[in-house]
Amino acid sequence: MTAVGLPGVTARRSSLDLVLRARELGIVLALALLVAVTAISNPRFLSGQSIRDILLGTAILAVLAVGQAVVVITRNIDLSVGSVLGLSAFTVGTLLRDNPGLPVVFALLIGATVGAICGSVNGVLVRYGNVPALVVTLGTLYVVRGITYFWAGGQQINADELPAGFLEFGNATLLGIPYLVLIALLVLVVTGIVLRNYRVGRELYAMGSSPQAAKLAGIAVGRRAIGAFLVSGALAGLAGVLFAARFGTIDAAAGTGYELNVVAAVVVGGVAVFGGSGTVWGAALGALLLTTIGSALAVLEINQFWQQAIVGGLILLAIGADRLVAARVAARLKKRGSHVS
Amino acid sequence: MSADSTALGADRTSGLAGRFANWNVAIIAVTVVVLIVAAATVQNFGTSQNFGFLVLDLLPIALVALPMTLVIVTGEIDLSVASALGLSSAVMGYLWNSNQPIETIIPLCLLLGAVLGAVNGFFVTVLGLPSLAVTIGTLALYRGLAFVVLGDSAVADFPALYTDWVTGSIGGTSIPNVLIIIVALAAVFGVTLHATPIGRAVFAVGASEQAARFAGVRPGRLKFWLYVVSGLVAGLAGVLWTLRYSSARADNGAGLELAVVAAVLLGGVSIFGGKGALPGVIAGVLLLASLQNALRLSDVSNEALNVVTGVLLIVSVLAPNLANAVRGSLQRRRHRTDSTPRPERRH
Repeated sequence: MTAVGLPGVTARRSSLDLVLRARELGIVLALALLVAVTAISNPRFLSGQSIRDILLGTAILAVLAVGQAVVVITRNIDLSVGSVLGLSAFTVGTLLRDNPGLPVVFALLIGATVGAICGSVNGVLVRYGNVPALVVTLGTLYVVRGITYFWAGGQQINADELPAGFLEFGNATLLGIPYLVLIALLVLVVTGIVLRNYRVGRELYAMGSSPQAAKLAGIAVGRRAIGAFLVSGALAGLAGVLFAARFGTIDAAAGTGYELNVVAAVVVGGVAVFGGSGTVWGAALGALLLTTIGSALAVLEINQFWQQAIVGGLILLAIGADRLVAARVAARLKKRGSHVS
Repeated sequence: MSADSTALGADRTSGLAGRFANWNVAIIAVTVVVLIVAAATVQNFGTSQNFGFLVLDLLPIALVALPMTLVIVTGEIDLSVASALGLSSAVMGYLWNSNQPIETIIPLCLLLGAVLGAVNGFFVTVLGLPSLAVTIGTLALYRGLAFVVLGDSAVADFPALYTDWVTGSIGGTSIPNVLIIIVALAAVFGVTLHATPIGRAVFAVGASEQAARFAGVRPGRLKFWLYVVSGLVAGLAGVLWTLRYSSARADNGAGLELAVVAAVLLGGVSIFGGKGALPGVIAGVLLLASLQNALRLSDVSNEALNVVTGVLLIVSVLAPNLANAVRGSLQRRRHRTDSTPRPERRH
């Protein structure tokens, strides 16, 4: 019995592995194709400045996507990230304008704290209100954005009002790699390892696969959900600081509509919207693909307005492909199961 | 013991029926109070001219909220409505710019809306994907296409015959013309939901899709057509929006989905499906629109208004759950006090 059971288990695992790997491989191939086509039609696409722009854009989107992936893996969603980014960017911008001596590390911490507060509000509302995350975070999307407008009014923080040290942080590199990219990589690696190898991470996947089963297995489902929203909020806050450092100009509209790009990056990266599967690596690859598409459009002199339509199309394509693959895997497993019995 | 349990059961059902009546009555009462307070305290709120503006302001929310109610009662959601409205408006402007007659443009825009809804319906019912993810995708897609069609330019100078009708009022009265559309559609949707087999199927699918299927309802087909209707009405709202402001823009109606979902949930429709009533939704729309109107008259900025809408959305989903929790804990306490004397009796 066990002899029959064991190969079945390993086969199942390897076929699932293959599917997941195929997804990330697919993104890499799409990316390579896109870069090749764009570079052939316009070699300027591979210039140092262009690559730098793509990497900096990816860094901000990837930090958001990692946080979103953590939430989506638990079968929730956080639509408020764009607004949280805006609030954090404006908070940090105002603080730096009024206290030019503030070290960059503090700016990062303050941004992450602002985000963590917003995230925990989301988490608490979802957990104790017993309300779908979609509705709560759609509400906080507008509430947080409204608060930022209320506070900022029409004022804008310009680059010349920000301390030079902070702007330099947005441009400086270490061993040729921009600081922003290093921070994004750090976030990615730490989150990736925690999700893959630590008990907390596995519990998040378990919650997403089946909340009831996770609860019966003794996982503190509510506390983990609040934790996931807190992480997503904190990372959105951190991304706000990176946004401020990169662009130097901040108004109340900063990051409007980012949530769509973030959700797109995450689902394109293979994180299932039903929760329980996907990796932050995939989400980061999704962020890279989306950012590259954005710059490729500019280089190929295609109407910039296509960007948003492509984002929407990619979301539909990704979830549609996921469903087809899942159905095929399920059919294959069923077939194999019937052979064994 | 058996008498005890039936009494408890009866108590529960009357509580359930009572809860719905309560929510509908409560939301209508709150709406009336808000209207009275606003009329008394906010300058110009009670004027007949402002009534016209109020109706025009709530027009798109009211129209889109009607099919949205049915969609949410079946347990799904459509977040793409505002983008479908924007795309309909952009296409209207594009066709007007290319010198098409308005009489062909309007039917085309309605058809476009229905097609956009059918795309949602296809992904949700044929491919079986979660409506939340699908309509977030089409939210981005339709808005993006609207910008592709019209860019960031605006098209104006639509025929005065049409724009005047939309902004005008009936005869010499101060009743806006568009109120006819709202009342007619509300009647159609209200009767469909509450007095036809379609409406009963909508509730049945929302309560339990599997049970509905066993009862002979085809949930997939029902949901598909609901999405088509939702898109069609969003297309109509796009046409009316364009005529009202005499301006076709790609960003028309951006963010409207928030107000629509807020109004529907405020009206007592359960986000989990299976429960809701159209009169409550109408009251929810009126409450939301009059609050926004009163605050706008008090010089509150549009962005700050979004805070109010967002808070209302969260409160409207939290309130029923909190009420349930409170009722549950009260009932538990009652059980505890009921059960304590029993062991003593045995002694």
